[in-house]
Amino acid sequence: MTDPARMRPVLRESYAQPVMGGREPTNLGDILERVLDRGVVIAGDIRVNLLDIELLTIKLRLLIASVDTARELGIDWWEHDPWLTGENRELTDENRRLRDRLAEVERRLNEQERLMPPRRPAISREAAHDDEYDREYAREYERGDEAEYALDDDAEHEAGHQTGHQTGRRRRGEGRRD
Amino acid sequence: MTDSGVYMYAVARDDSDAGPDLRGVLDVPVHKVSRAGLAAYVSEVPLDQFGEEPLTRLLEDLDWVGEVARAHHRVVEAVAGAGPAAPVRLVTVYGGEDQVCDLLERRHDDFEEVLTRVGDRKEWGVKAYADPAALQRTAGGEPGTETGAVSERPGTAYLQRRSAGLRDRDRLRKQAVAWAERLHAALCEVAVAGRRHRPQDPSLSGRDDWMVLNGAYLVDGGRERELAAVVAAFAKMSALAGGDVGGGKEAAPWLDVEVTGPWAPYSFTSLELDRDHVRPEQGRPERGEHGRPERGEPRRGEERRGDGGVR
Repeated sequence: MTDPARMRPVLRESYAQPVMGGREPTNLGDILERVLDRGVVIAGDIRVNLLDIELLTIKLRLLIASVDTARELGIDWWEHDPWLTGENRELTDENRRLRDRLAEVERRLNEQERLMPPRRPAISREAAHDDEYDREYAREYERGDEAEYALDDDAEHEAGHQTGHQTGRRRRGEGRRD
Repeated sequence: MTDSGVYMYAVARDDSDAGPDLRGVLDVPVHKVSRAGLAAYVSEVPLDQFGEEPLTRLLEDLDWVGEVARAHHRVVEAVAGAGPAAPVRLVTVYGGEDQVCDLLERRHDDFEEVLTRVGDRKEWGVKAYADPAALQRTAGGEPGTETGAVSERPGTAYLQRRSAGLRDRDRLRKQAVAWAERLHAALCEVAVAGRRHRPQDPSLSGRDDWMVLNGAYLVDGGRERELAAVVAAFAKMSALAGGDVGGGKEAAPWLDVEVTGPWAPYSFTSLELDRDHVRPEQGRPERGEHGRPERGEPRRGEERRGDGGVR
């Protein structure tokens, strides 16, 4: 009637537990989410209001540290799942971004080479054009940056006018430390 | 005050039996405290850890919290497996069993109401993740094609593509969230009650794709398969349709739906007993229909946009 396997269209290792009895927990994150956030709230004699203890900070740290805790407790399926190994993905993404940029630069160089007439005397004009282009690009890049941040939420605003790449780094760095 | 306290896990009816070998936090045996037809499952805890001051400190110790949470959860599960149960929030500690008896007596009607409503129903968690890349492929539209003329200047073209990419992402996100809304509505048809919680932080879920639904559903015993059918149907339909209903190019499983459970009814016992307290949760977005995550919750920059549910 209630075959648990049928309940899970996308069966993940972490959730593959029998329905009843001896369910050795599930994802610690799911448990924490429930025991900390839900359930009956009754004031005990020991007055510890979970919401008073800088709960936000605690929670944020919990969210992050629960991954480590879970790992210690042997829940580490994500480490073997190449899909989820975040660090590798970051590196891969960065690698891809860098390659894209390199390709773009090369394409631009080729274009310029192709456009350059043989024995073109007006070196100075070319240079002037390049200068103008650089300035234009810089201005646009500034504007583009601002527009991007304007789309984003406040936290990103705080990051100010770093490049997107640096901002990403910084944010992740903070996340891990906090 | 003695140097030990009474830690409460859950309240059930007195005729429930969660088994003799149940152990709670710090591996201490759990027992029932009965009064007025109700039973509180409790165990003794040392106040040098569960006193007010040490608790405040220890709740910052994540390993400690993790262990207590798992022990707590283990007991709640056992109690809920034995009959209707109301899980109590983590670290609810009393000075002695007299106080627990007093509570059961005083709040008898409230507990009874909750237990009746819960009955043999179980909570099921349903989380839906949208994979932006797969959604992009399914929903169609190469990034940047909608911008019209692309500048000949590579710098400008780059910026145009970038900007179009962001708009695309936002659009895809909205589509994914709209699907999540429909999934939630469909699940609520099967469930007795449904609640949307705040999406989990990527570091908690362990996943980088968008969590567009973090729902909990109280389901009658025997209707689990209907719930599963809804989930399966949605996963299939979404793959066929892509983000736009009926407007897709090719099938791709961009929507990943996870079902967890059965859980004790953690999400459906919280408000009722608390009508004489101010519940901070009541104003929190997770109670709302739109489930907008709290500020700063999603970690990756671009995933922060457009997460506000359907507007």
